[in-house]
Amino acid sequence: MSFLTTRGLTAHYGDFQALFGVDIMLNEGETIAIIGANGAGKTTLMRSLSGVLRNSPEMITLDGRKIGAMSADEIVPLGLAMVPEGRRLFPSLSVEENLLIGAYGRKIEGYWNLEKIYRLFPILAERRSSPGTALSGGQQQMVAIGRALMSNPRVLLCDEISLGLAPVVIRDIYAAVPRIQESGASLIVVEQDIGQAMKVADRVYCMMEGRVTLEGTPQSLSRDDIHAAYFGVGA
Amino acid sequence: MIWVDTIVQGVLLGGLYALFAAGLSLVFGIMRLVNLAHGDFIVMAAYLILLLVTLLGLSPFVAAALAAPIMYLTGWLLQKHLLNRTLGTDILPPLLVTFGLSIALQNALLEGFSADSQRLPTGAISTASLDLGVINVGVLPLMTFGSAIVVIVGLNQLFYRTELGRAFRATSDDPTTASLMGIRPGDIFAKATAIAMLVVTLAALYLGMRSNFDPSIGPARLIYAFQAVIIGGLGSLWGTLAGGVIIGLAQTIGAAINPEWQILAGHVAFLVVLLVRPRGLFPRAVD
Repeated sequence: MSFLTTRGLTAHYGDFQALFGVDIMLNEGETIAIIGANGAGKTTLMRSLSGVLRNSPEMITLDGRKIGAMSADEIVPLGLAMVPEGRRLFPSLSVEENLLIGAYGRKIEGYWNLEKIYRLFPILAERRSSPGTALSGGQQQMVAIGRALMSNPRVLLCDEISLGLAPVVIRDIYAAVPRIQESGASLIVVEQDIGQAMKVADRVYCMMEGRVTLEGTPQSLSRDDIHAAYFGVGA
Repeated sequence: MIWVDTIVQGVLLGGLYALFAAGLSLVFGIMRLVNLAHGDFIVMAAYLILLLVTLLGLSPFVAAALAAPIMYLTGWLLQKHLLNRTLGTDILPPLLVTFGLSIALQNALLEGFSADSQRLPTGAISTASLDLGVINVGVLPLMTFGSAIVVIVGLNQLFYRTELGRAFRATSDDPTTASLMGIRPGDIFAKATAIAMLVVTLAALYLGMRSNFDPSIGPARLIYAFQAVIIGGLGSLWGTLAGGVIIGLAQTIGAAINPEWQILAGHVAFLVVLLVRPRGLFPRAVD
């Protein structure tokens, strides 16, 4: 059954409306990808889900509970964690401290702990005392993912985790995704890199101008469908 | 020999200024808030201690221990329900609100305790001194300096060794991302101001035991504290101690040359540091 759902989700930045009635749903243990061009509303959707943007209560439900109006710090304990766009590590904290603070709002025994994160990304163990922001972009992304996993989330939101990274680094990062899926977490992956998104996702939503324009499994969607939904033009 | 004495006195006086400044430094370091009523809160805490001493017949130290939780709660409520509302991209609202608070506090204290100058009863300790051979050092100044060191070490431990300290630093870096970790920035700020008020209580204890105080002296304490924070580099706690010592040294050396120069020398030292090191002695790497 549906686990995380948005129904008629709208979002505004002042007078500017960024989302126009977005309906998506995520089943337990499932990975969905949200693809779309710049300005399609993908990040706004993630900010709404994580509570950075507040909405009406009934617009977002997690396990039947209305969470649309909750703030981020209220949502984290319910088991939803986000890897924000641009990684956003804390410059004053070391790599290990960045990871530890990920568990601040939700300390539960679960699959993920410091040791497991270091096993997932061994390079982080070597750099554990460095300031988070002294790392390369790819390593910073690993810290950001590890930090979100430290709360043992039931839903992990990944916003543009390939953005600004070299292809070989993106491959390394995405190599970790199956292990995160095995740990039982459900994932929402926002991507501009359609190829990567299709590889890990069970289902795909394509967004354009604040609306969902296409939905389906990666196998069922043709290149032309995606092209049309992505750019809003017939192929 | 007189110069050795002057320098030692100056360093020890710096301990008092560091105590004035540590709370200010803590709050500024975490939320970029300059509390213009900081000096008045020190004076308020001194009156609170005096009240407990007078009403319950306690020693100032016990009274300060009782005043501490009251001040902690005051700081928490103040930040949670008033100052948090002023924080944002605009730096003006917190300055205006704390400036207003400063005036209101001074007048409330004037109304409640009159303009007469007061002092905390200290007994023998205020005149006790240690004979170090070459010079004599007062026990109270030594205790003040020791307390300043303990406070700075303690705050550093809190900052760099505890989960709350991590949350302080993370919230200071980026409150929005901190909230994605389940941190409630408003609560973190409230705790920081509450802890600053514990330091304020300690500063008030030594202020009240070492000199007279009346409701109007808060702003001058704020200036010394502010200068110590700026000299040290914004947000650096050890820098704040160094800043306090520099002001203390300048004042005592100035006074040794000519008693009229005491306060002026402190301000001149501050200006010189600003000229030579505009970001202070130990600026934070990220600002």
